[in-house]
Amino acid sequence: MVKRLFTTNKMTFIFILLGLVIFLFIIVPLIRMVAASDPNILVDTLFDTEVRNAIWLSLYAALIATGVGFILGVPLAYLLARHEFPGKKIIEGLIDVPIVIPHTAAGIALLFVFGRNFFAGRVFNVMGIDFVDSTAGIVVAMLFVSIPFLIDSAKEGFKKVDVRLEKVARTLGASPWQTFFRVSLPLAWRSIVSGSIMMWARGMSEFGAIIILAYHPMIAPTLIFERFESYGLAYSQPVAVLLILLCLFVFIVLRTLVHRGEKA
Amino acid sequence: MIQVRNLCVDLGDFALHDVNLDVKPGEYFIILGPTGAGKTVLLESIAGLHQLKSGQIWLGGKEVTRLESEKRGISIVYQDQALFPHLSVRDNITFGLKLRKKTGQEIEATLNWLAELLSIPHLLNRRPDTLSGGERQKVALARALSIKPQLLLLDEPLSALDPENREGVQRELRRLHNQVKVTTVHVTHDFEEAIALGDRIAVLGDGCIKQIGTSEQIFRQPNSEFVARFAMVRNIFTGEVTGGNGENAVFCTEDTKLAVVTDLRGKCHASLRPEDILISHAPFHSSARNSFCGTITSVTDKGSILYLTVTLPPDFICLVTRNSFEAMGLGEGNKVYITFKASAVHIF
Repeated sequence: MVKRLFTTNKMTFIFILLGLVIFLFIIVPLIRMVAASDPNILVDTLFDTEVRNAIWLSLYAALIATGVGFILGVPLAYLLARHEFPGKKIIEGLIDVPIVIPHTAAGIALLFVFGRNFFAGRVFNVMGIDFVDSTAGIVVAMLFVSIPFLIDSAKEGFKKVDVRLEKVARTLGASPWQTFFRVSLPLAWRSIVSGSIMMWARGMSEFGAIIILAYHPMIAPTLIFERFESYGLAYSQPVAVLLILLCLFVFIVLRTLVHRGEKA
Repeated sequence: MIQVRNLCVDLGDFALHDVNLDVKPGEYFIILGPTGAGKTVLLESIAGLHQLKSGQIWLGGKEVTRLESEKRGISIVYQDQALFPHLSVRDNITFGLKLRKKTGQEIEATLNWLAELLSIPHLLNRRPDTLSGGERQKVALARALSIKPQLLLLDEPLSALDPENREGVQRELRRLHNQVKVTTVHVTHDFEEAIALGDRIAVLGDGCIKQIGTSEQIFRQPNSEFVARFAMVRNIFTGEVTGGNGENAVFCTEDTKLAVVTDLRGKCHASLRPEDILISHAPFHSSARNSFCGTITSVTDKGSILYLTVTLPPDFICLVTRNSFEAMGLGEGNKVYITFKASAVHIF
């Protein structure tokens, strides 16, 4: 197999070279940074409460954002996969907007709704939820920038479920709800889970939108930025390494779980 | 059993106009039409899976036009079976029973009955993707019958199967229908399938019903060019196959005995393409084992080709080119010999 790959033709050879360049571009900085870190300092950093709190907050806020995204995003994904209606293309385009706009701009936009002087901010304020400089603000920012990943992936998953399976379920006596929970959802489950993982990972890595809405409490990317600004490279690097290792670990574990489910 | 009154459906790509059907209790009813005629849409509309533009559907004397499909008791089997890929064969078959909150015992009893009926007890723990086409079809039928439907809808149940499986499943459908007596509406584009299975046939084209009748009526008296295109292009005979094994079989219809090649025995149908029949003035000695003398009773001129009806009896429709027709000086009332190979006759 490997041999065939290299002997096929010139095009394959050139594509391999080009692919190698971009692959190294991704992997070398990460390896360099991890390799350059002193294990002792890493361990010290691990016991730094500020760092631990920041990383924990990142994980946990991204998880809440993913949970909210799941409950609100999956039904929309199903609607988009199953129904044709005027303006559908526009809606699909708008859902992807958070991916393409600068995230600091996204943060500003969110302030206009969830800020203390604006409508939604005030409504939630009455309920005791404040979005400025709070965990709720972090969740909202993460949700905004990462929800497209879940919706798009879930939509593709639902599209792959043959409509006739749903029709058969209906004729066999299943209500629309039963059909959704017994047929559509289980069959699209893998796409939904991998979309959720992507959403969670994307939420955890968000920085721009979050610092506008909630610089404090500090999530890990904010802490890295703060240490880099105040103390320089040497102090920000261990935190960055920890965060990357943790993200990689979680990401690999989840991907493996989903992948194993695929084979079973 | 089921009455469809002035049914109109508009789905953009497909539309049905003013469809009227009357299927009797226990009947095996065929809807015959080419691809794109709207057959699947019609079935799905009967099952309540499409919004009607207008019209009514009555089931067992009750109007169900606006009843949700899960409350109709109408099962559907699709061409590619549409088994739930995430469930075992057992869970596929019991899907509808579990929704009906049947007790474990009832479910088990129905499951066993169906497994026996379709001879699939050994498949119950398998996953749908490990089954052959014929097996999948049986599971789909078992699942559809599990809810004891008032009406069974079959959407091209044989066309996804390879030829060997197809004959088996076709016989299975016949047997099943005789045994369970469930009113069945079966759509197909295959004329032979329609004749072999259907008590009555409705021909559907461009979203309208063109003709309804027994297979005899449809192919002897097609009421339109459209129906004729389906029916007239071939000779269909009903008769009985007797004789020894395989190649020595004889198909007997209206006192004419045809040499045929088939393993089927008993009451059967035979089809023969008009272009496979050779016409000559004198007996034609060749390897073809069927040669008969008859009279040309009608000539249909289609331009460069002509269809002749040669009556023995029965009537054989034969195709000749204009050149041959003129060179041989053929005409109505002429005595001619028709010759065709045993293998040109398809028994089904």
